[in-house]
Amino acid sequence: MANKVNISINGFPVDIEKGKTILEAAEEQGITIPTLCYHKDLCVAGNCRVCVVEVAGQGRLSAACATPCEDGMEILTNSLKVRNSRKHIIELLLAEHNADCTKCYRNGNCELQILASDYKIMTQDFIELVPLKKYSIDMFSPSIIKDDSKCIRCQRCVRTCAELQGVNALTVAHKGDEMKITTFFEKHMRDVVCTNCGQCVNHCPTGALVEKNYIEEVWEAIANPNKHVVVQTAPAVRVGLGEELGLEAGSRVTGQMVAALKRLGFDSVLDTDFTADLTIIEEGTELLTRLKKVLVDGDKNVKLPMATSCSPGWIKYMEHLYPEHLDHLSTCKSPQQMFGALAKTYYAKARNIEPNKIVSVSIMPCTAKKFEAFRPEMHDSGYRDVDYVLTTRELAILIKQAGLDFDKLEPVKYDRLMGESTGAGVIFGVTGGVMEAALRTVYEIVTGREVPFDNLNIKPVRGMEAIKEATIKIEKPLKEWAFLDGIEVKCAVAHGLVNAKTVMDAVKAGKADYHFIEFMGCPGGCLGGGGQPIPTNAKIREKRAEAIYAEDGALTLRKSHENSEVAKLYKDFLGKPLGAKSHKLLHTKYTKRQRY
Amino acid sequence: MDSIQSLIKNLADQHGRKRESLLPIMQAVVEQENYLSEYSMVEIAREVDIPAADVYGTATFYSFIETKPAGKYIIRICKTIACVMKGKNQVLFAIQDMLKIKLGETTPDKRFSLLESNCLGWCHKAPAMLINNEVYTELTPEKVREILSDYMRKNGQY
Amino acid sequence: MANSHQLKRVDFIFRNENDWEKVLSSTIKKKPNELINELISSELKGRGGAGFPTGLKWKYTSEEESDEKYIICNADEGEPGTFKDREILSKVPYKVLTAMAVCGYVTGATKGFIYLRGEYKFLEAELNKEIAEFEYYCNEINFDFKISIFMGSGAYICGEETALMESMEGRRGEPRNKPPFPTQVGYMGKPTVINNVETLVHTYTIFKYGAKKFYDLGVQYSRGTKLFSVSGDTPKPGIYELELGMSLQDFVYEFGDGDTKAVQVGGASGFLVPRKKFKDAAIGFKGKLTGISLPTGGSMMLFNSSRSMFNVLDNYLEFFREESCGQCTPCRVGCQQLLLGIKAVKRGDKPALYLDKLMRLTETMQLTAKCGLGQSVANSFSSIVENFREEMIY
Ligand SMILES: Cc1cc2nc3c(=O)[nH]c(=O)nc-3n(C[C@H](O)[C@H](O)[C@H](O)COP(=O)(O)O)c2cc1C
Ligand code: SF4
Ligand code: SF4
Ligand code: SF4
Ligand code: SF4
Ligand code: FES
Ligand code: FES
Repeated sequence: MANKVNISINGFPVDIEKGKTILEAAEEQGITIPTLCYHKDLCVAGNCRVCVVEVAGQGRLSAACATPCEDGMEILTNSLKVRNSRKHIIELLLAEHNADCTKCYRNGNCELQILASDYKIMTQDFIELVPLKKYSIDMFSPSIIKDDSKCIRCQRCVRTCAELQGVNALTVAHKGDEMKITTFFEKHMRDVVCTNCGQCVNHCPTGALVEKNYIEEVWEAIANPNKHVVVQTAPAVRVGLGEELGLEAGSRVTGQMVAALKRLGFDSVLDTDFTADLTIIEEGTELLTRLKKVLVDGDKNVKLPMATSCSPGWIKYMEHLYPEHLDHLSTCKSPQQMFGALAKTYYAKARNIEPNKIVSVSIMPCTAKKFEAFRPEMHDSGYRDVDYVLTTRELAILIKQAGLDFDKLEPVKYDRLMGESTGAGVIFGVTGGVMEAALRTVYEIVTGREVPFDNLNIKPVRGMEAIKEATIKIEKPLKEWAFLDGIEVKCAVAHGLVNAKTVMDAVKAGKADYHFIEFMGCPGGCLGGGGQPIPTNAKIREKRAEAIYAEDGALTLRKSHENSEVAKLYKDFLGKPLGAKSHKLLHTKYTKRQRY
Repeated sequence: MDSIQSLIKNLADQHGRKRESLLPIMQAVVEQENYLSEYSMVEIAREVDIPAADVYGTATFYSFIETKPAGKYIIRICKTIACVMKGKNQVLFAIQDMLKIKLGETTPDKRFSLLESNCLGWCHKAPAMLINNEVYTELTPEKVREILSDYMRKNGQY
Repeated sequence: MANSHQLKRVDFIFRNENDWEKVLSSTIKKKPNELINELISSELKGRGGAGFPTGLKWKYTSEEESDEKYIICNADEGEPGTFKDREILSKVPYKVLTAMAVCGYVTGATKGFIYLRGEYKFLEAELNKEIAEFEYYCNEINFDFKISIFMGSGAYICGEETALMESMEGRRGEPRNKPPFPTQVGYMGKPTVINNVETLVHTYTIFKYGAKKFYDLGVQYSRGTKLFSVSGDTPKPGIYELELGMSLQDFVYEFGDGDTKAVQVGGASGFLVPRKKFKDAAIGFKGKLTGISLPTGGSMMLFNSSRSMFNVLDNYLEFFREESCGQCTPCRVGCQQLLLGIKAVKRGDKPALYLDKLMRLTETMQLTAKCGLGQSVANSFSSIVENFREEMIY
């Protein structure tokens, strides 16, 4: 009993593990205490005060999220005093809030709205503060809309950007009635260090931070008979979409998703996993080339470790914070952009469609991909390579608008050309996945044998640990790779930009002797992306990760180089990895940006 | 290195390059430059290695860290109750009249900025004001005119 | 009244004594435990407003295991109507420094800070000289204690102890969640004693003259003397050291201008007492025996019959609206509602009954706000609205 405390909640005695908060204790007992500023991913702020409860013998109420249980506490979570105070607090929040729910993007999935509805706040006695405030809306970012009139100042976004991402693009400024959430010098989000990762969007309880949506644009393209609309779906979407449509976290809905996309009217439903496999071929070759240049040629201009480049949030982070180290980045475009460039060249040619008739849409777990598609250099097909990027959440909106009963859809397969994928492509959606996929292929290229892990599952790079490391010793390589004999290839994996920072600081200081590092901008990798269903938290990320690995395990082809469509692509179009065409279409350059 | 950069570098050498050094550094920059410009904030962020947004957020919390251009002499007149009771408004009018600026403004010659502040801790000698770090108490319109004249003379006006 | 007494002026705090070296060197010859017991038996309570027993605070910190501990002297003095700490720091700074060093000795801290409000910047140079002299002596007697000044920058909330620590750590002065308390997790996450300037000077008195001398002054629950900052409609504005427990009646008799309508005890976050309650009110900490007992950081502001209590409340609420750190809902939005609300009632845009809704709102603020600022807005609001309701409406 030493590490237990005895308390009572609403009259019922319970033993609670020492150190737990009242909120956690109540949750264990099946009692929900309303919260706003609290988020399982973040440190406790205790500023919204809607979680207040009564502790017998104390004059004031206590914030359940911030108060540890102490022996003998008698807690009331729903006394009259508590209810009245809570209602007052919700009323106060609403007085400051532009509560035009019917016109709000978060209508139906808003924590404030739910509270107001649960507590039946039917009147507004307090003075409306909205007309007195000079609230502004920032719509300049291609990824994110920030509407201060919907902000309840819970600081979840600020903590997210600092604690999970280490970016600190957002801050609290001013004090008192003027206190607000803003950026450096109150600039537009597009003009500051923001990586567009969308984690703040995912962690915002209200409509104050939302993705910029391209729903109408996509509907218009679909409706246009002169357009051929292709859609690609990222690996992580298939393990997230179900949640947004009412299924359990971690539901695998690949087949239904493809069916839904077809019914929405897309002309061709294709898979980003295909270009994920392609990425592995290009990036794997790039890695081997770099190793050779460094180890054999002693080329001082080639940098190791090489870092992956498929996460656009991570890329922009590098451009802002490590502009002197951009040459560590692989030059490979992200799978989305490889796909886009091929859609309007290779695919157009093969299907005999004029590229200017193709509208290329992608469904992504990510808001940074919206920005990425807008980058001026992403025009290598001669057109905008990817026209519209929708998040998982936006796809769910399309499906709801079309009135599809998602649950009842019969699973179907992706269309072909560029619809084939392997398990290696699927695991791009989880932290460690790119590394695992790359090792499965690179090891085999170099040695002619399968990577020496049970059933191809490279366990050391799996899991949610902040930074993972793995070492693979190359033994008995093929003749061509003899220079790698006996070499221990050292790899690292980091997800969430705050962890990326730790690794990059080591790289910067010359203290990281890795050869290859996988970085993903979001916690858990893309499955925890800013465009994924809300809420997302550690438990949910675990579930989605299990689903991804199950998806991989269920496929017969699990190595990128086994993708026959990729092989065909090289044969018919690209020539060889890192060849001239690859360089033009699949690789890119990076831009140094202001650190602030 | 420009003058702001070297100022901030020296301050960081003196106060350290930790988060705890932030306030002293910002205060010293304001002391020198009258306010903390966007550029100064970026330089502080760089020098101390903290996010620029945090510098901004912290600076705007404190009413003595000006983030808008301000004059050489910042007048802060107390607007809390004891001073109001003892004629702060008349004193304020006298200042506005003399400097031809309103609250929150700076004279065109960038010498004076006029601001209000909360209780300055001189309520027994109300009304009170600060000009930079100098305290003036038991103000009357006549007295404040004299004080300001002195400042103007010091600066070669008249 | 049983538990109050005649107004009595005392002179401990500003008594100029040039023997701080002796007080320091002899005090630190005693055992920390002895000193803590001495403090506890004096029943000294914090003079910064909250009134926490000082001996216990030191004791808790001394019991914490830590490689580093800190002593902070809270000289943020921002409560409207309070100006005694400034006077202490300009007249008898060595008493404050000595007390901090003794506190360091008792708790095992070797580093002290004075958090000086930006408005008192003019004190900094002189104070630094005093500190240099002080540290020189400490060095001579081989006593390891260093003191530095940390300047505030114009934010009332930074007087709140945890906001103050956030501020010293280079952040926005947003109060922290309690628990943990500073005695366990304070500045830089280390155990920290934070005391008001005046509290520290009282410990000096106690260590020099013994706990009994202090205890014998004042009344039950409110021992010793207290500095009062007297302002407003009084012929004798200034700083006075008085025995605790005096009745407000006696106070007004001494300091009023003959026409005193009400006294605000404890600044904007304190209480307004109308004339008819003067004789029932005693100045001191809450206790079972007293009638209305009014704890206070020492601000006494007198209003005569020419003053509009609406204007007074309006001024306080504007103060709180601006000086709230803004992080928590009840305080940030509550202060705006109260201010706009009383104006609306005064204009006739809201019915007089709206005042009752606002009173209930202040109750919620008191119950739910994260820190003392939001919690205490109710004090002045309800005491003014209850006692001067007509002035709010007409
Ligand atoms: C809004 C607010 C402002 C405060 N301002 C001061 C202050 O200016 N000076 C002070 O000593 N204590 C102030 N306090 C009280 C401190 O939080 C703390 O209780 C005190 O410094 C402890 O010292 P003491 O025990 O010696 O009184 C303030 C509290 C609040 C809630
Ligand atoms: S943020 Fe929530 S409460 Fe506010 S308008 Fe949108 S849905 Fe309604
Ligand atoms: S999108 Fe990402 S980087 Fe940008 S503000 Fe939000 S959390 Fe920070
Ligand atoms: S933007 Fe959203 S997360 Fe950030 S403070 Fe406002 S409501 Fe909270
Ligand atoms: S009560 Fe006011 S000052 Fe205190 S934490 Fe809340 S908002 Fe900040
Ligand atoms: S959820 Fe506890 S204070 Fe916000
Ligand atoms: S009210 Fe003006 S100095 Fe205190």
